[in-house]
Order: sequence, then structure tokens, then C-alpha cells
Amino acid sequence: MPRCVADLLDHQLVFVTGKGGVGKTTIAAALAWLAAERGKKTLVCDVDARGDLADLYEVGPLGFAERQVAPRLWAMSMDTEASLKQYLSLQLKLPLITRIGPVARMFDFVASAAPGVREIVTVGKFCWEVKEGHYDLVIVDAPSSGHVVGQLAAPQAINELVKVGLVRQQTGWMLDILGDHDRTGVVIVATPAEMPVSETVELMARLDDETNVALSAVVVNRVLPELFGRREEEVFARLEDPASRRGIESELGGSLESIVDAARLTVTMRRSRTGHLEDLRSAVRPEIAMLYMPYLFSRGSGLRTTRHVAEALAAEMGY
Amino acid sequence: MSGMVAAKEIVIACGSGGVGKTTTAAALAAMAALHQKSKVLVLTVDPARRLADALGIESLGNEARKVDPQAFDRLGMKPRGEMWAAMLDTKQSWDDLVRRHAPDAATSRRILANPLYANISGRFVQSHDYIAMERLYELHTSGTYDLIVVDTPPSRNALDFIAAPSRMAEFFSSKLLRLLIAPYRSRLVNVASRPFYQVADRVLGSQFLEDIAEFFILFQTMYPGFVERARAVDRLLRDHRTTFVVVSTLEPAPAAEAEFFIEVLTEKGLDLGALVLNKVLPDYLLDDEAARVAARLESAGIASTALASVAAQLGTDPEQLGRVLEEIAVNFSNFSMVASREAALRQELERRPHIVVSAPEMDTDIHDLAGLLKLGKYTWN
Repeated sequence: MPRCVADLLDHQLVFVTGKGGVGKTTIAAALAWLAAERGKKTLVCDVDARGDLADLYEVGPLGFAERQVAPRLWAMSMDTEASLKQYLSLQLKLPLITRIGPVARMFDFVASAAPGVREIVTVGKFCWEVKEGHYDLVIVDAPSSGHVVGQLAAPQAINELVKVGLVRQQTGWMLDILGDHDRTGVVIVATPAEMPVSETVELMARLDDETNVALSAVVVNRVLPELFGRREEEVFARLEDPASRRGIESELGGSLESIVDAARLTVTMRRSRTGHLEDLRSAVRPEIAMLYMPYLFSRGSGLRTTRHVAEALAAEMGY
Repeated sequence: MSGMVAAKEIVIACGSGGVGKTTTAAALAAMAALHQKSKVLVLTVDPARRLADALGIESLGNEARKVDPQAFDRLGMKPRGEMWAAMLDTKQSWDDLVRRHAPDAATSRRILANPLYANISGRFVQSHDYIAMERLYELHTSGTYDLIVVDTPPSRNALDFIAAPSRMAEFFSSKLLRLLIAPYRSRLVNVASRPFYQVADRVLGSQFLEDIAEFFILFQTMYPGFVERARAVDRLLRDHRTTFVVVSTLEPAPAAEAEFFIEVLTEKGLDLGALVLNKVLPDYLLDDEAARVAARLESAGIASTALASVAAQLGTDPEQLGRVLEEIAVNFSNFSMVASREAALRQELERRPHIVVSAPEMDTDIHDLAGLLKLGKYTWN
């Protein structure tokens, strides 16, 4: 069934991922900003804890405790150790005494060594927020495409590896939330370049094969503007000849050379990216929404960027 | 850059994702093979398919392949050295490591067959980072190559791979590891740690704990060789024959990561060989005269009579000409703003490294030797 783009914000849990460097944190931050603006009580969480999310809202460093950063918008930074402690006390109902001393250290150790434990306390935290209904929407600035599958598949992996015990009992409801396509979705961010596109295609296949989580949308970031229509292109071709622009240059009192060069740069950059865009488009199933985000010329950072991107997202989503 | 590279045996390219680390590493290797009489290997982690094809490493596996000398011939170039390429196969490398360090064939078979092993070798604490450095050590000590250029794996933190060898050593010598596997070695669980196992059993289930313990008991047999090896890898990273090349674009996030990287390299006393700036916008975007002209075109445009006469000369419609001029003026101002932010970031970054080179945004993807050499030229001299 074709999915409406606006559905994205009607989810309760959205993972934003993509190849490193494509701007996934910015998209996650802007998506959360937009959701909050549209009346959703939203939590956004940084998983890699590099501090980029805090910068995008221009707030100080984020911690594991959720902090309100705007009306209806809360932000936090994942800390697996803190999450593990919360998990032990809230979900496994372990008494306080066992959380100190060697037991806590043992869990830290197991978390860093045993497969899936670190991932499940991360993914478990988000699922738990959804289950408890603390927020209308939880948006995760998830690990990059290479690592996200390990995280999303963690409950299943634990299910297979751990045959008994409390941890296993906890995976069932997580799988229910992750597998409910109306509640949970993945957004892949790509740019129109070779590697981001091929990683997106690979990730789509891996999501299908290795997880029960559905892809909701693909965001194509940094799409360059089309400068000219066909007739205008002909006019521009004439301006590329230095002799023919002399009249204009004397009228303006300065050279057009750099301006023409810059336009040519835009045209060639856009052209070389079009092929990648087409590859991506043909690989994405038609029912998956594709959102095209314009190249932001500010290249700045901070809240201004977040607001710009949120506006562009709103326009693209038809708000 | 050429002089710096000539003095080193290992060049490690690092930086955040999407900055062109793989192509930069391959380009450096291609230039070194072209100009220096040496056998050069580029060890890449996850190259774009077409680039891998061009380098002749299309098939997965750890084996190094020689880049066809005819590829240089076809470009009319005669390399003084040889270029080799290899891809990092994490799984294969872990298997090799186990075979090397296990005390006997039976133990290595049991480890490789352990259900946790596949999971762990794929997802171990920074297993990619560690294995990349381990493989580098292996290749370097083989003495087969005069120069190895390494493309580092995408990490959560760009520094993980520097810390990976010592972390791996720490991990295997940790008390907790011994504590965890102790009850499965002997039935004697001491009183102090009993609640520990009770809780662990309740949470994870005893079967899972036993699986983990069995695995680590087996893994511990590799301990001496493993720790010694991890320390040797760590020493190699600090060796004066090894240098780090930080790769970045002039976008805020990668530049911040690069700056952080430069700081830590300096702090840890590791050798910062050079900073490579990729996809840099051209200088003409900072041209003041053009900025003035663009501003004028955007605000006032050209008087309609003048526009009409110019359009007549060009044989075009004045309205269309006006639109094109406005469009290209706006485009210039947009890119000019980006270019000036880039220039500011560049000034920040340039303070520490002795060598800073930059390459422009390329028209097309780099997927063959010609492309690598084109990129390499910008960074070489």
C-alpha cells in the first residue's frame, strides 16, 4: 500500500541512519524539531555521542537524562552504561544492591564483550520509552549504515543466543514494537554520490533480510539546484565565450568570469550527481517515500541550520 | 608530501566518513608507485566497487593483488615502482589470527566452531579497528612492501583504531574476564562472588553464561601470543617509520573531527605527517570583484536598454538573458558564502600540521587509475 510521507511523523519510533558524512544527525535533529513544532511530544537521541546533536540545538553537552531543548522537544545522548543500569532496575527489577560493586562491573564487562548486550540496552531504551508512552515520537540519530543493522537486529540475536533468563524474556515486546510497521520505521539518509547510494542499496537489503524493522523513507540530502531550463542553457552557453560578455561587463563595471565559472561548476556537479540519483530512485521500492533536500548554502551549523532543514523537510512532506 | 612519504614505511589515512579517505589513500599509493622506486601497497577497507575493480581487487579476500602495470602504460606513464592493493576481510583476518595464536589445531577448530565466535569476531569491541591494525602489522613485518598506505575503517570515533591494540590487550588481561570464567573452570565459587553469579544467571541464563565462558576459556589459551601481538601492533603505530595523514573536507563536522584528531595525535606523540583537504571549492569564489558584480546583478540588474542591446548582440531574448544573469549571480553568491566559510575553517585547521595539501571538488567520481593520479597530483607536491 503506498505510504503517505506525512505518516513518518505518525510513527512512534524512527531510526535515522546513513553513510557517515551525509548529514544524518542534521536530518534527525530537524525531523525532531519539525515533529515538536507540529505538536508531537518528541524525544531525540544521539547514539554516537559526538556532541553534534547538542550543537544543532545550541545547547550544552547532552547526557543520558532527557533534557527539554524546545517546546515539546527533549534531547538526550545514549550512554550504554547508564542505560544498562536503568534496564537492570526498571526492566529486570533487580534490587539496588546488585547494581553496585562487582556485579555492575561484571555487566559492564559482559556488555562490552558479549554480542548484542550493548546493542540491546540501547535499542531497549528506545523501545521502553515507546512502550511506556512517555513521548509521542522517539527519533534516534542511529549509528551509520554499517553498524545500525547490528543494533536493530539485537533483540533477535539475543533471542537466538540466550535461551533462558530475564534478558530473553525482555526481547519479545521489543520485537513487537520494532516489527510494527505503523509504529517503527527507518529513515536512510543519502547524498547523490556513489558510496552513499551503494550503501543505501545494501542497507535496504540487509534491513529486509536481517531485521524485522521496516524502511519508511529515504532522504536525499544536498541536492544541487537546477540553474537553467533548456533555453536558458543556450543563453548561458553564449556567455561562456569571453568575447560575447564584454558588453555586459562594461555595463556592470567588472568581470563576469568567476561568476560564469561558478555556474559551470554547479552545472557539472549537478550533472555528475544525477546518475547516482537515478540509481537510487530505481533501487527504492515505489511505496517508500523519497524526500529531496536542497543543498544548504549556509554550510553553517547550529540552530539556524536545524530550522532551515526542518522547513525544507516540512515543504517536502507537504505541510 | 613526496619527501615525507619517501621517509616513511607506513602511512595511515584517517578522518571521518565521506571525506574521501579511501580515494586519498589509493591516490597516495599510486603517486608513490609512480615516482618512487618502491613496492607500494594500499590496504583498503571498503572501497567503492568500481574503484576496487580498477585496482583488481574485485574479489573478497585478504590477498594482495598487483595493479596491472599496463594500466599505467595506457596513461602513457612509466611507474618507477609497483602498486599493489589489498582489501581487509575482517572475518578472514580473525580466523587467521585464531589459527596463529591457538596452542593447537584442535583448540583453533573449537574456537572457530563456537556459536559465539562468529558473532563476536564480527562485533567485538572495535573488532574492525583492531583487525585493521593487526593486518597492517602482519603485512609490514612480512617485509614485502617498502610502503603501506592504510585506509582506516569507518569508526564511531576516529581514534578507536589507535586505541584498539592496547584495549585488546587490556581486555584479555582483565580480572573480570578471569572472574567470569572462573566458575566454569572449577566448581569452587568463592563466597564473595556468589551473588555475582546468581544475578548473572538470573539475567542472562546459565546456558548463555556457559557459552560465553567456554568461548573465553578457549580464547584465553591464545592470551600470551595475543597480548604480545597487540603490544607489538601498538609499538608499530608509535614507530618513527609510521605517519598519520588526516583527511578532511572543509565542512563543519568533518573539520571538527579532523581538528580533534590532530589534537590527539599531537598529545599522544604520534607523527602527524600531513593534512589533506578534499573537495575544496575553487579560489575564484573568493574573488571580491566578482562578488561586487554579482551583488549588483542581484539587486539592480542591468538597465533594460543596455540589456536589450546586449541581448541583440548575442541574438537572445533580453528577458531570458536577464534571468540567466540573475541566476548565475545568485549561484555565485551562494557558493561564495560557502567558500568563505571553508576558508575560515581552513585557517583553523592549518595551524598545526607542517604539510597541508588540498584537492578540488572533482567533476566525476574517481573510479580508475587516471582519476587517482589526477587526485594524487594535487596532493603530491
